[in-house]
Amino acid sequence: MTTTAPDAAGGEAGFPLVLGLDTFGDVTDDEDGHPLSHAQTIRDVVEQGVLADQVGVDFIGIGEHHTGDFPMPAADVVLAAIAARTARIRLGSAVTVLSSDDPVRVFQRYSTLDAVSAGRAEVILGRGSSIDSFPLFGYDLADYEDLFEDKTNLFAELLKDGPVTWQGKTRPALHDQDVVPHTESGPLPVWIGVGGSPQSVVRAAHYGFSLMLAIIGGSPARFAPFSQLFQQALKKFGRAPLPVGVHSPGHVAATDEKAQEEFWPHYLEVFRRIGKVRGFAIPTKESFTHEIGPHGALYVGSPETVAQKIAANLTTLGANRFDLKYGMGGLSQAALMTNIELYGTQVIPRVRELLA
Amino acid sequence: MTGATSPPRIAVLGAGHVGPVIARVAVDAGLPVSIAASGDPEEIALITRFLAPGAEPRWAADAVEDADIVVLAIPLHKFPAFDPGLVAGRLVIDTMNYWPPVDGVQELFEDHRYGSSEIVAHRLSRSTIVKTLNHIGYHELDEERRPAGSPRRRALGVAGDDPGAVGVVADVIERIGYDAVRLEGLGAGRLLEPGGPVFGVALGRAGFEQAVHAGAAHGTTREGSI
Repeated sequence: MTTTAPDAAGGEAGFPLVLGLDTFGDVTDDEDGHPLSHAQTIRDVVEQGVLADQVGVDFIGIGEHHTGDFPMPAADVVLAAIAARTARIRLGSAVTVLSSDDPVRVFQRYSTLDAVSAGRAEVILGRGSSIDSFPLFGYDLADYEDLFEDKTNLFAELLKDGPVTWQGKTRPALHDQDVVPHTESGPLPVWIGVGGSPQSVVRAAHYGFSLMLAIIGGSPARFAPFSQLFQQALKKFGRAPLPVGVHSPGHVAATDEKAQEEFWPHYLEVFRRIGKVRGFAIPTKESFTHEIGPHGALYVGSPETVAQKIAANLTTLGANRFDLKYGMGGLSQAALMTNIELYGTQVIPRVRELLA
Repeated sequence: MTGATSPPRIAVLGAGHVGPVIARVAVDAGLPVSIAASGDPEEIALITRFLAPGAEPRWAADAVEDADIVVLAIPLHKFPAFDPGLVAGRLVIDTMNYWPPVDGVQELFEDHRYGSSEIVAHRLSRSTIVKTLNHIGYHELDEERRPAGSPRRRALGVAGDDPGAVGVVADVIERIGYDAVRLEGLGAGRLLEPGGPVFGVALGRAGFEQAVHAGAAHGTTREGSI
């Protein structure tokens, strides 16, 4: 590498350290291993959000999906339920699939959530890795880039909190439209979730949105150039530095062994299913062992193991935010609640200590 | 080619997920590399500086003109709009995949008698097409590199109808840190596609050869395995 080393966590701008949780609301199993209903799964996610607030987690994000495995097409509704029972935790999407949604409606839903939660809403925009929303809403995947570019452009206009006049290619124009509700404490924080496209990194900088790196396989360190690209692109566009976050999957339990035992069969099953559809190899125990190790993307282990890995990678990436994507096809509600409790009470304080 | 000893010059077309990674590993292997997107090289200068330092951002036509090997790393749905004249007479590595569950259905590639690279070759009829680098994750391509002889060195398949071109590409694959396994003909490139026996699988040379032979014997195609 010829580039310079990134700054330590927080970066030169000294953003506060944020430690959050993300979920796709995977359908959980009951004690006998049978899948619970979508409705019960959704109510369980609300309980998870309430617990996360109680144990000191900074943020909870819900990823939009439209499948039987992930019944979370209306993340904002679930977030509003969490908002009603909490006072501190920040609430957001992870991600909102903007390409197949309407930017005006997304803005309205999240500015409403911001009102309900007294200023705790955030939006993370992205494509997501699954494509289930495209046929559902009648979009052609071949138009993906145009849709995302156009709608991101409109979304940036909507955040300016004034009457909007806008014209694009993929939705009707707006003429001097006042889009309500107005947010009361400044514009909604907006992030763009990026999985590996440098052009998306530059786009985030162009619009002045923060960068959320979705690192779901392989070595986190390979994303360091993305983080540097982002800060340089911000400079090029004449913008102030913005925070960088990391979203990665994992599971915390009392010991490394217990976390692996709980997580592995569900991980294998989920990837067996996805692999069958997408035509790639199912993971092996060897590949799993690599992914949970220091050079892999999974944060599976005891609170100390997970905290060490988070702290090390935030430093490597010059990032100041980490969202642990917890839950994995069928993990029980009890295991998820233990994961959240350990994350809040042990992992978070330990990461803060390590990065202090 | 500029001579038997000078390394081939690479032009990477595409600055999305895949292109910069290929450019980076090729630069690391000591190859002269240029990279181009659809427009002004100025627009990808910053991306290149951080993700593929040492590669030169250029206009596509200029990059192709000076190249021994052109790497096609654009999203497949943009291929129908790709100008075949741009790469006429060139050796082209096709890294693309037709992957409907991820990228959607595309009519041009729905003829299941042919692999996606055969369809690419048909359209780029004045170019020589070699299929490779499509069956390893772009995020793995960088970190899985190993020196020749390493017990953990991974194999990559190289498929094409022109043995000379396959040889040139196989040499590049070896240089960037992988064992090259030559497949018989571009049609056999179907074994490298999503749903095939080696797509997304980390295998050494022996295991790779075994997997493609078994796959060929069983007639594994994307219809057969999904």
